[in-house]
Amino acid sequence: MTGTAPVLADEQDLEAPPPRRGSFVWSVIKGQPQATIGALVLLAFVLVALFAPVIAPYDPREKVGDVFEAPSSEHWLGLDDGGFDMLSLMIYGARVSLIVGFAAALVAMLIGGTVGLLSGYFGGKTDTVLMRMTDYFIVIPDIPLMLVVAAIWGRSLTNIILIIGVIYWTTTARVIRSQVLSVRERVYVQRTRALGAGHWRILSRHVLPQVAPLLVAITVLSVAVAIFAETAIAFLGLGDPTLISWGKLIENAFSRSAISVDAWWAIVPPGLAVVAVVLACTMLGRSLEDALNPRLRVGHLSVRRFRVREVEGKSL
Amino acid sequence: MRGIDYVVKRTVFALMTVLVAITLNFVIFRAAPGDATSSLAKCRNCTPEFREALREELGLDKPKLEQYWIYLKDLAHGDLGDSFVTRQPVWQELKQPILNTLPMVGLGYLISIVLGVLVGVVAAWRRGTFLDWGGVSTALFFYSMPQQWLGLMLLILLGGVLPASGVSDPFIDFLDPSWWEVVIDRLEHMILPAATLGLVLYGQYALIVRSSMIEALGEDYIMTARAKGLSSWGIVRKHALRTSLLPIATLVALTFGYIIGGDILVEAVFSYPGIGLATYEAVFDRDYPMLQGAFLLLTLSVILANLVADLLYFKLDPRVTG
Repeated sequence: MTGTAPVLADEQDLEAPPPRRGSFVWSVIKGQPQATIGALVLLAFVLVALFAPVIAPYDPREKVGDVFEAPSSEHWLGLDDGGFDMLSLMIYGARVSLIVGFAAALVAMLIGGTVGLLSGYFGGKTDTVLMRMTDYFIVIPDIPLMLVVAAIWGRSLTNIILIIGVIYWTTTARVIRSQVLSVRERVYVQRTRALGAGHWRILSRHVLPQVAPLLVAITVLSVAVAIFAETAIAFLGLGDPTLISWGKLIENAFSRSAISVDAWWAIVPPGLAVVAVVLACTMLGRSLEDALNPRLRVGHLSVRRFRVREVEGKSL
Repeated sequence: MRGIDYVVKRTVFALMTVLVAITLNFVIFRAAPGDATSSLAKCRNCTPEFREALREELGLDKPKLEQYWIYLKDLAHGDLGDSFVTRQPVWQELKQPILNTLPMVGLGYLISIVLGVLVGVVAAWRRGTFLDWGGVSTALFFYSMPQQWLGLMLLILLGGVLPASGVSDPFIDFLDPSWWEVVIDRLEHMILPAATLGLVLYGQYALIVRSSMIEALGEDYIMTARAKGLSSWGIVRKHALRTSLLPIATLVALTFGYIIGGDILVEAVFSYPGIGLATYEAVFDRDYPMLQGAFLLLTLSVILANLVADLLYFKLDPRVTG
């Protein structure tokens, strides 16, 4: 760092208890209406998915009327190509779409987080190898790769979750790496190392807690990406054929020619549901990331202040 | 001299990525359980002997390492292999789809870039107003749509007005058309898929242009220009736009890499016989050489575009020192 002298905390500051990390995240959510709206919308969809059997007016696998029956007071969203109730299908579809979204984002978080941590912390050869690998995953065409792997592995729900997670971890790895690069050089980490702490202890006790909030923010963003990917896989006919998901509903409507009979009610709702969830994730994730990512020039880590002293030969 | 070093470094880096890409392309497809013969020899009368002969003919009976070596050697000669399905050279099979895809995806990206820059500049210029809020929200709204779904929406709205599938009217040849009519016919078939791509993608450009514009508008020289009494639009056009187009220049270079790749989803919705659709069909036919060829082509074009973007950035921004 050039030009700016390190901030020296005065005695009084040091005596006051440092604010808890959790309360910081909470203050971000409170301060940004976008984040609150996003979180509420997400919560609503999660609740709908959880209580699907209670909310859904009909059994989604039971024929309750004519093929492509138009919306009415009994069937708010009409019926689909098999005479199934669209509203019930949508409610049950939320389950698979959200499970794929969250689980795949979790897989991406684990892979990307690990790669980012190791790459940033150890540097050198480890960094070069891991980053080269990341570069390859970035340039490889994602949808064709998903198709190939889905076709080879088979179309179960677990496979689809794994495929999506394995393809979309690169952003996480890169952001976490750059964050770790800066955390690694902080004085308290260097002091811990000087005190003889091992790599594992430094990583788990000092580096990971610092990057964890950012990791959560990126993971929320990857939920949106994963839900997109699920609709793509389902649309191209490689989804699990036994499950109902929003992507599958779009595919059904397309392949059973809902368009030529003008059955818009079979196509519009699943797409709008995807838009709502993706927008919610984007709003929540973006505002968290805005507040947490140092590359966006917001120094959240200055919430805690440390007494710093020039270490000889080391610029701060 | 500033530059040579940087150019060499980026080029070596790109070449290394190419090497990794080639190797992984081989691994991904050969590591699959059940080789191509299991789907090619699916007929009821196919004997195990026929299958064995097929394996031998396709070179699948050799050890993996030898297959890899042969693959590299062929590649060095520009030979991508023969398609398992049509038995024609892959390169020949891919040529027509690529020619179909390029203008369509190109038009789509053009729409997205023009729309994105326009929305981004206006949103930054009128920051905090309804125009800003509306422009950004609309962009995000389209950005959140699954491509295939937006394509279907456009089909519902405009399917009667514009042709909904294919790359040209199958009967146009009987009408003895002039070249101009052929061009118009092709364009008409291109509009819906290209518009879908353009609408889905313009959001990212709009957001980037907006934030780099806002950053540029906060610089001291903008204050000076304002103090000189220049008009607000004049400042935007002459001073802020120039610097804020920097990230866009590289972003545009980057997207060129994806143009060749086409777009599987959009091409599937509109049955547009481009490279995306060809890849899609190759997946179901287990046509490994086709897939490998398509993958390699796509990966190479993205790597090349990355290199161009890096070099362009270096050329345009004197602050970059490698």
